[in-house]
Amino acid sequence: MAAYIARRLLQTVVILLGISFVTFVLLYLIPADPARQIAGRSATAQTVENIRHQLGLNLPFYEQYLRYVAGLVQGDFGRSYLQKTEVATLIASRLPASLLLMAGAITCELIFGLTMGVVAALRRGSRTDDTLMIASFVGVSAPQFVIGILLLYVFAVKLGWFPIGGYGTFAHLVLPSVTLGFLGAGWYSRMMRSSLIEVMRQDFIRTARATGAGRAKVLFRHAMPNAILPVIAMIGIDIGLFMSGIVVVESVFGWPGIGQLAWQAIQRVDIPIIMGVTLVSAFAIVLGNLLADLITPLIDPRIKLR
Amino acid sequence: MRNLLLAGVCAAALMGNPAVADDIKQGGEMTVTYKDDVSTLDPAIGYDWQNWSMIKSLFDGLMDYVPGTTELRPDLAESYEISDDGKVFTFKLRQGVKFHNGRELTAEDVKYSIERVVNPATQSPGAGFFSTIKGAEEASAGKGGELSGITVQDPHTIRFELTRPDATFLHVMALNFAHVVPKEEVEKHGADFGKNPVGSGAFKLAEWTLGQRLVFERFADYWNEGLPKLDRITFEVGQEPVVALLRLQNGEIDVPGDGIPPAKFVEVTNDANFKDLIIRGGQLHTGYVTMNVKMAPFDKVEVRKAVNMAINKDRILRIINGRAVAANQPLPPSMPGYAKDYKGYAYDPEGAKKLLEQAGLADGFSTELYVMNTDPQPRIAQAIQQDLKAIGITASIKSLAQANVIAAGGEENQAPMIWSGGMAWIADFPDPSNFYGPILGCGGAVPGGWNWSWYCNEELDKKAAEADAIVDPAKAAEREALWRDIYLKIMEDAPWAPIFNEERFTIRSERIGGDDKLFVDPVHIPVHYDQVYAKDVQ
Repeated sequence: MAAYIARRLLQTVVILLGISFVTFVLLYLIPADPARQIAGRSATAQTVENIRHQLGLNLPFYEQYLRYVAGLVQGDFGRSYLQKTEVATLIASRLPASLLLMAGAITCELIFGLTMGVVAALRRGSRTDDTLMIASFVGVSAPQFVIGILLLYVFAVKLGWFPIGGYGTFAHLVLPSVTLGFLGAGWYSRMMRSSLIEVMRQDFIRTARATGAGRAKVLFRHAMPNAILPVIAMIGIDIGLFMSGIVVVESVFGWPGIGQLAWQAIQRVDIPIIMGVTLVSAFAIVLGNLLADLITPLIDPRIKLR
Repeated sequence: MRNLLLAGVCAAALMGNPAVADDIKQGGEMTVTYKDDVSTLDPAIGYDWQNWSMIKSLFDGLMDYVPGTTELRPDLAESYEISDDGKVFTFKLRQGVKFHNGRELTAEDVKYSIERVVNPATQSPGAGFFSTIKGAEEASAGKGGELSGITVQDPHTIRFELTRPDATFLHVMALNFAHVVPKEEVEKHGADFGKNPVGSGAFKLAEWTLGQRLVFERFADYWNEGLPKLDRITFEVGQEPVVALLRLQNGEIDVPGDGIPPAKFVEVTNDANFKDLIIRGGQLHTGYVTMNVKMAPFDKVEVRKAVNMAINKDRILRIINGRAVAANQPLPPSMPGYAKDYKGYAYDPEGAKKLLEQAGLADGFSTELYVMNTDPQPRIAQAIQQDLKAIGITASIKSLAQANVIAAGGEENQAPMIWSGGMAWIADFPDPSNFYGPILGCGGAVPGGWNWSWYCNEELDKKAAEADAIVDPAKAAEREALWRDIYLKIMEDAPWAPIFNEERFTIRSERIGGDDKLFVDPVHIPVHYDQVYAKDVQ
């Protein structure tokens, strides 16, 4: 197990290096000239040249990349061109908000997804089942910014139950979490439904029933622990999904996380921030997948890590 | 918050119209929202419309403008003297001006602040504005250091010696780049001074939570008694403009800093709830089509005039929902030197065709129109394309990212025509010279420059230099007339087709008061933070 984790972490480093290289090449190739951007429109050619020199942008490509990686190894993500601050500081100050939002979204996914899935499975073929599955289908396919703005309009503006965007209290967390969790809830309910139907057909459930256990006991004691396993394994992979989702959801709700940071940086071509957030998200995705892989054998002893 | 709003409305109703400026009580607070994070509050670095006026509230310079106008007046300076040859400016500083850290501001600080901007290590986008000070060229080329042209005569007197007479120097002294910073704080925070600003302005920074909010608090020891009016301004960042409008409607915020989003413009301006909260004003902005005089057939003046006459500006104004007024000359109407009686080239497709005939192009020609690729710019370019088609010019549209269009304009033989929308010139200071040098003068017609029509008229360059040598404030009218003349001469050569001057629409909550001018101040965007007041404490 330890050897497996060590090997996977080593792979992670290689993957991150690869991602950093590809991102660096892409950002190097876009036609924006950071030196000119910093210098402003009133600058002389000499000022622009000066700044290019100070930032090391006049160096050949491979040298720029090596410098960047050398910084990375020491935890230095560089300085933002426009915000004039350490990228590491910017990301660190915003990471807690994103993690909180993800935790909220996972909670929503589990609550909505599992409930819908279980109810649909138990009432299989009924009208309730159909309705729930249509709802989950909508959840899976609706764009997040549409859901976000819709929820905001109904529950914050019209009903006034929640604040209109922002950050700080539990009430602020609800709508963005639901929006971000909506997609996952759709998937989870479908998985939970089929998984539970599958389990309920197994022999041991029939045995449990035969021993005279009640409906509730059969469901929660015997069926659920088995049916829920594939869903749990999904959570790790979800972290990757969230990384793309937060860019949209955080912008709609004014949530001060790294998704919003990335979106602003992209619009203003602030290359060091784009690089930094890309690497941090890539790291989260790789880590999420690793977690999923580690959980799987705990769930199903037939799978062995090698 | 909703109660607060009602209370404000009632108070205002009970008291009638609160008051002439002098009776305004200090106190209360206001909330402003922005979509983007504030990048920096370092006056040497900040150069976007969002931080520009925030910096003005935290820092002061020797000169400033009368609120809501383009009229210069001394600020940290008590008085100034200009030598007869226009090359020496001597400023007397006010006594007892304090920085937020409690130390008194002296002439040494003024000297330090300007030398810091000129020093290449600071990477200030404003360094170029000080190039006329003696020693600036050497300092910006080398390692920085002191400028021989700046002398501190005593703790409250500072003298600037220029290499040539410069009538715009007082405006330059009012730019943020000339605002005064305390050396010890700059050295303490180093590159992070922009996140820990300490100045001598009406407000001081009380809190900055990255990505969430900034709080400005009234500086109790501010030299200008009675200012600022508000005790506190909270800037909430990361708020989409559409969401900000909803919050304004709910009474949660006072000023959506990004204004009214274009997609919502018609709806909001027609909404009875909002109508009285919107203030409209001019901007020091002109949107124009450049024609590259170095590329045939735009080397012929008839062709350039024909393009001027072919474009239906009223239709373009409709495309942008009337957020602008039609332009007929380079200067915007609120800029000193604007020629009110000048009629420009009227819309006349028939006349335009005749001009093309005279140029030997009766059958028209094909060309390219460069444009930035975000809405509404491509739609405006299409309208221009159709207008040109009507007189026989086939223009294919090249819709590119902003950086690419700017790069194409900076090359001599690349872009025959450019629609400037989204990249157009907005003046740094309200003086006619600011619309000439970089965008119409020979100095800007260089690779990487902003003179995209590559128009270079040596004679006008000479005239411009003459105008800027008239430093005596008593002769301001004469200078203005000279500049007016220069821009009318430019229109005879027609390197641009001026299209429109954008207007500003500021929306604010019912509880924030102040003269309308303060909400569309030419320099302070979106509002003059020091001057607006809270109606609920009156």
